[in-house]
Amino acid sequence: MDAGFDFDVIQRSWGYLFREGMVFTLTLTALAMVGGIFFGTLLAMMRLSKFRLLSYAAGSYVNLMRSLPLVLVIFWFFFLVPYIGAWLIGAKDPVKVGSFMSCLITFTMFEAAYYCEIMRAGIQSVARGQVWAGYALGLDYWQTMGRIVLPQAFRNMLPVLLTQTVILFQDTSLVYVISATDFLGAAAKVANRDYRLVEMYTFVAVVYFIISFGLSSLVKQLQNKIAIIR
Amino acid sequence: MNYNWDWRVFLAAEPGGTGTYLKYLVVGLGWTLATALAAWVIALAIGSVVGTLRTTPYKWVVRLGNAYVEIFRNVPLIVQMFLWFFVVPELLPKGLGDWVKQMPPPWGSYLPAVICLGLYTSVRIAEQVKSGINSLPRGQGMAGTALGLALGANYRYVLLPQAFRIVLPPLTSEFMNVIKNSSVALTIGLLELTGRARAMQEFSFKVFEAFAAATAIYLLTNLLVVYGMRALERKVRVPGLISASAPAGGH
Repeated sequence: MDAGFDFDVIQRSWGYLFREGMVFTLTLTALAMVGGIFFGTLLAMMRLSKFRLLSYAAGSYVNLMRSLPLVLVIFWFFFLVPYIGAWLIGAKDPVKVGSFMSCLITFTMFEAAYYCEIMRAGIQSVARGQVWAGYALGLDYWQTMGRIVLPQAFRNMLPVLLTQTVILFQDTSLVYVISATDFLGAAAKVANRDYRLVEMYTFVAVVYFIISFGLSSLVKQLQNKIAIIR
Repeated sequence: MNYNWDWRVFLAAEPGGTGTYLKYLVVGLGWTLATALAAWVIALAIGSVVGTLRTTPYKWVVRLGNAYVEIFRNVPLIVQMFLWFFVVPELLPKGLGDWVKQMPPPWGSYLPAVICLGLYTSVRIAEQVKSGINSLPRGQGMAGTALGLALGANYRYVLLPQAFRIVLPPLTSEFMNVIKNSSVALTIGLLELTGRARAMQEFSFKVFEAFAAATAIYLLTNLLVVYGMRALERKVRVPGLISASAPAGGH
């Protein structure tokens, strides 16, 4: 490495870093959040179900995901998804899955386990009388859940759900291990091409810090705003 | 689906010539634990100090502590790994930087990985210690002051002994997080358990056997940690208190 730093490299690769990399990161974060909260809520309802088998299955899945490193889970899904795809459509050979799709499935399934624990706490935070009132009004399980329990659970847990999303945003940088071109991946490619590792990685750290810190501050403000005074 | 399972691969020799694949993975677990434990020592030491300082009445100390926490919490772990591995040696004085860069293979990645993971985890421990101290009834600190204890003695004899016993359960899950997070060190070339599972998959093409073995080893390790820590928790529990619950989220 020659003497002196060359921060010009950031300006030269600006478009690539943000239009390719950051778009990948943000799209992945947003879609995985939506999918993760959806499946996480279903898992939480299963865990709290009175059917033993359902709650046992959901509990095992959540505990399995929570005791494995994310990197290992990324590898698992990266190799497993083509086989599952082949099995689903009845093909003989593993189907080709793009890196974005593979990452999206991984993060949705992995974060669902964490969102599940949050939603479980949220559902349990709703007063039991609410459920009884729902049933007394003649609503069935899905109506009681959908119209009475879940809206309150979401509201109570919104700050925690968003905090988990900030963590998800940071975690998406781990797709580097399967060479996907997220923000970090794009920066790493430029860094290695131009041999500007110091400048690029410092820049990446600063950008991640600004976004995460900004989002966390917003969540904190929201928390103060929507806190229900009891 | 046509995947040929072959579990005998674990008894085959790995190309590095150190023995079977099974031994290769077990040594990987050794590196995972060595990284996690060393990082845990750093994290506990720094985390306890920073967490305690953030509860003191000195405004500037609290602000500095908060800044430390925000910096290490808002940058992804893998980016921090790259900073310690690629960037810091360049910024050190030349002699020291060259010495770091020329360290023989496992140590050249092990040292940055331990420092990185230690500081990353210290922030989470600082948060736990702070909330542990804040969860004590205010009267405890006041009683200490009324007895004539100075601030330091108050922390040493009244607040910290109680706080640490309260934060032990959340610290258990942090310890499991360190073990899991050490897998990120594979990105800077440390061959710990996940790294070795991937290497095995590349050498032997036995993708699912390799990852299944790594999964089983991680689960077993987790189980042992949970049982060990539970025994410790029972021993140090503060009588009369419901044990503090771990906050949701994280990993």
